[in-house]
Amino acid sequence: MAEGKALRPDLAAIARNISPGTRVLDIGCGDGTLLSHLRDQSQVDARGMEIQSELVERCVTKGLSVVQGDADRDLSEYPDKAFDYTVLSQTLQTAARPDHMLDQLLRVGREAFVSFPNFAHWRTRTALMFGGRMPVTRALPVSWFETDNIHHVTIADFRELIAKKGVAVEGCWFFSGERAISPVGANWRAEFAVFKLSRNL
Amino acid sequence: MLSKPLSLDSGQVLSGATIAYETYGELAQDKSNAILICHALTGDQYVGSTHPVTGKPGWWERMVGPGKPIDTNRFHVICANVIGSCMGSTGPASAAEDGAPYGMRFPVLTIRDMVRGLVGLLDEMGIAQLHSVVGGSMGGMQALSLAANFPDRAARVLAIATTARHSAQNIAFHEVGRQAIMADPNWRDGDYYADDKTPDAGLAVARMAAHITYLSEAGLTDKFGRRLQNRDAKSFGFDADFQVESYLRYQGSGFTQRFDANSYLYITRAMDYFDLAEEHGGRLADAFSGHANNSGARFFLVSFDTDWLYPTAESRHIVHALNAAGAAVSFVELAAPHGHDSFLLEVPALDRAVRGFLDG
Repeated sequence: MAEGKALRPDLAAIARNISPGTRVLDIGCGDGTLLSHLRDQSQVDARGMEIQSELVERCVTKGLSVVQGDADRDLSEYPDKAFDYTVLSQTLQTAARPDHMLDQLLRVGREAFVSFPNFAHWRTRTALMFGGRMPVTRALPVSWFETDNIHHVTIADFRELIAKKGVAVEGCWFFSGERAISPVGANWRAEFAVFKLSRNL
Repeated sequence: MLSKPLSLDSGQVLSGATIAYETYGELAQDKSNAILICHALTGDQYVGSTHPVTGKPGWWERMVGPGKPIDTNRFHVICANVIGSCMGSTGPASAAEDGAPYGMRFPVLTIRDMVRGLVGLLDEMGIAQLHSVVGGSMGGMQALSLAANFPDRAARVLAIATTARHSAQNIAFHEVGRQAIMADPNWRDGDYYADDKTPDAGLAVARMAAHITYLSEAGLTDKFGRRLQNRDAKSFGFDADFQVESYLRYQGSGFTQRFDANSYLYITRAMDYFDLAEEHGGRLADAFSGHANNSGARFFLVSFDTDWLYPTAESRHIVHALNAAGAAVSFVELAAPHGHDSFLLEVPALDRAVRGFLDG
């Protein structure tokens, strides 16, 4: 399969696990990298939501269907199960209420992909333990006062939340930088995590 | 002249309607590169060429032309005067069957009736499907109405600074304009074509009131502030002391040189009657059912953050309905200082978005 060379590893993991010919909503789709990959490689009906107008313009120029909107507010306007998959990459930790966001993802999509930076990675722990300050690392490069990440989360926290919600994990992938790593000790070793979720009601 | 009569929403039939239009750029042999541009309330077919009455440049020359975002080197651009207007298409100033001008005998129109006229024109041209239909303000209403009622006729739909229904506030401003016209003693129940006493004062006031709604408070403050017009002190009279007064008077009187008061009544009425959901059983998503599952047109809606006439919420309302219908839709709110009129003015982001959508 022709893997887009430019795809970030978490996006590549998501792309590999999306069936061809399905309907996908990418929330916080940026310049449409994942969406155009899915459309071109997997004949996916790919839609997006993005908050920044300049990025929406770039998506439209690529022929993608992207709506400028705020996921916290506008996701509720989509009908139930309008998509086979919803995707939320590196955005959960910026949501006003990540728990409500998860509900919306699994309401609008039959399954959801969620990726996020793991706050329990050893670099973050070390920076906080020995520096005594909010960590600024390669995975979390922005200072506390200007970061969009208002709800830092660890892999263990995330597993606890989805278990409480009765959400099933259909798959999970962990990364340290560009490299995929095993799930063993992921809460220490992974900088990023990707979960594929479904609501098994 | 349309060969087929138009059946109107009012139940009346308009036979032998004339549609005046302009085209720009070559039509491809397979007729696949035609773009229909729909004009706004007081617009006309001179989208990219000099207006024959005012001698001013076309109303969207910054957007339409060789190498422009709507590139006439690539696209065959069609722009037609809507029925009910006064730049060559059949309207209240046209002769009825008895040879006298229709005046108020002209049937009340809807946006969908205007679109029926435009589709009639496309039929005469043998254009089965447009590359795109494009419009701002009332032009956007026509673009949406065409997509809803003739879903196969356009592959792309670009609707800028528009709405799917006229709000109470929209209707209220139009009613002020209509009352100004009808209060003018020269209006004479619309039967004023026989002499040169036309209801210019009323029409000018209508235009002045409407013009304010096309701008933004910040834009007006920036352009005029409280500056005085050609004087150092207030006159303690009712002259146009302020620059903004002088500007509005100029806009009003200039407008009467090129527009018919009865056309203004008919077209504002059509806009007030516009409610795309109502036409389709009360649910806006159902208006777009012909575009479900990615099989229909690609839609792009654009709003401006300072437009309080058709604010962003109206575009979002349309976007949500299109999403609910499963249509392919993009939407962006652009930052521009000029209020509703931003779609006609210098907004580089709009140029990029329009070009990108037509190319994408």
